[in-house]
Amino acid sequence: MKPKGDFSLSNHERILGAVYRAVDELNKQLPKGVLVEKSLATPLYGKSGKLESIDVVTLIMEVEDQVRDEFGASITIADDRAMSQENSPFLTIQTLTDYVSELLKENGAAA
Amino acid sequence: MEPPRSKQIDSEPLVFLITGTRKGIGKYLVEHYSGQGHQVVGCSRRQATFESESYRHFCLDVSDEAAVQQMFAEISSQHGRLDVLINNAGIASMNHALLMPTKTAREIFETNFLGTFLMCREAARLMRKHGYGRIINFATVATPLKLEGEAVYAASKAAVINFTQIIAREFAEFGITANVVAPTPIQTDLIKSVPEDKLIELLKRQAIKRPGELRDVSNVIDFFIRPESDFITGQVLFLGGV
Repeated sequence: MKPKGDFSLSNHERILGAVYRAVDELNKQLPKGVLVEKSLATPLYGKSGKLESIDVVTLIMEVEDQVRDEFGASITIADDRAMSQENSPFLTIQTLTDYVSELLKENGAAA
Repeated sequence: MEPPRSKQIDSEPLVFLITGTRKGIGKYLVEHYSGQGHQVVGCSRRQATFESESYRHFCLDVSDEAAVQQMFAEISSQHGRLDVLINNAGIASMNHALLMPTKTAREIFETNFLGTFLMCREAARLMRKHGYGRIINFATVATPLKLEGEAVYAASKAAVINFTQIIAREFAEFGITANVVAPTPIQTDLIKSVPEDKLIELLKRQAIKRPGELRDVSNVIDFFIRPESDFITGQVLFLGGV
């Protein structure tokens, strides 16, 4: 799969851009009045998150799709490791972005 | 309040993906649906034995994740959508459980169950973008009839049934239905090694005692995919009154 990303940006900016595009897609599908704010501190899933579990599933799929488009790399976010981590990658946009960055480094798609 | 209804798309051509299309039921289904003006994508481990303007073939093993994902990426870029997935690809190997080689058992599960799982997962990810999709998986009457000699094959299809019933619930939110058609033996390569007396014995256990035909299968699939079937999901239809 060919990457379509903007190579003038840093990898961190490209990953965050992909996550924010995924959030845009998710927001289109959420019920009226529920909106995920595009900020690193935004809580996703957990005590302070306001998303239902199916919304998190949608967000993860969207992030995987956006990352594939941006980097041409296929990553699996909801793997056993993510599920068993003491600090869940799904707590905030920051933790999710960090986890995607880690996966891409392992994948060799983003240094 | 009226619940939201699935998109009514019976007037426009649909995009189908059918697995195991080189021969038998799969090949017949390609002819059946491309003959109705739909766009059909198919796959099998070897090259297709036919060509058509409305048909595109991929050579792949349905349990090869990378190859399956690549095929879906191409479906997405070519058609931008997928409306119907028919998981027809399947293998069988009749043997007493005491004699069944592990390698054969693994291959049966990889093609029949893992292949179905992979196709459903990737298809649903594409289908959900349009809030519409129909998934049809294949099982067998060998499961409810508990046919001796078919332990591993029947178990792999039992897994497909249970899997389909659960994804029917998980995918409903996205406007995707998932159902199962479970044929009786039909004269294809899948049953070529089954002895004649076993087949006759099997027919006797059906309510309607005749061999299955290809049109019996397409009739059920036609029913599952029609727009009016948007309230039918998680169902298993055994042919022949089993």
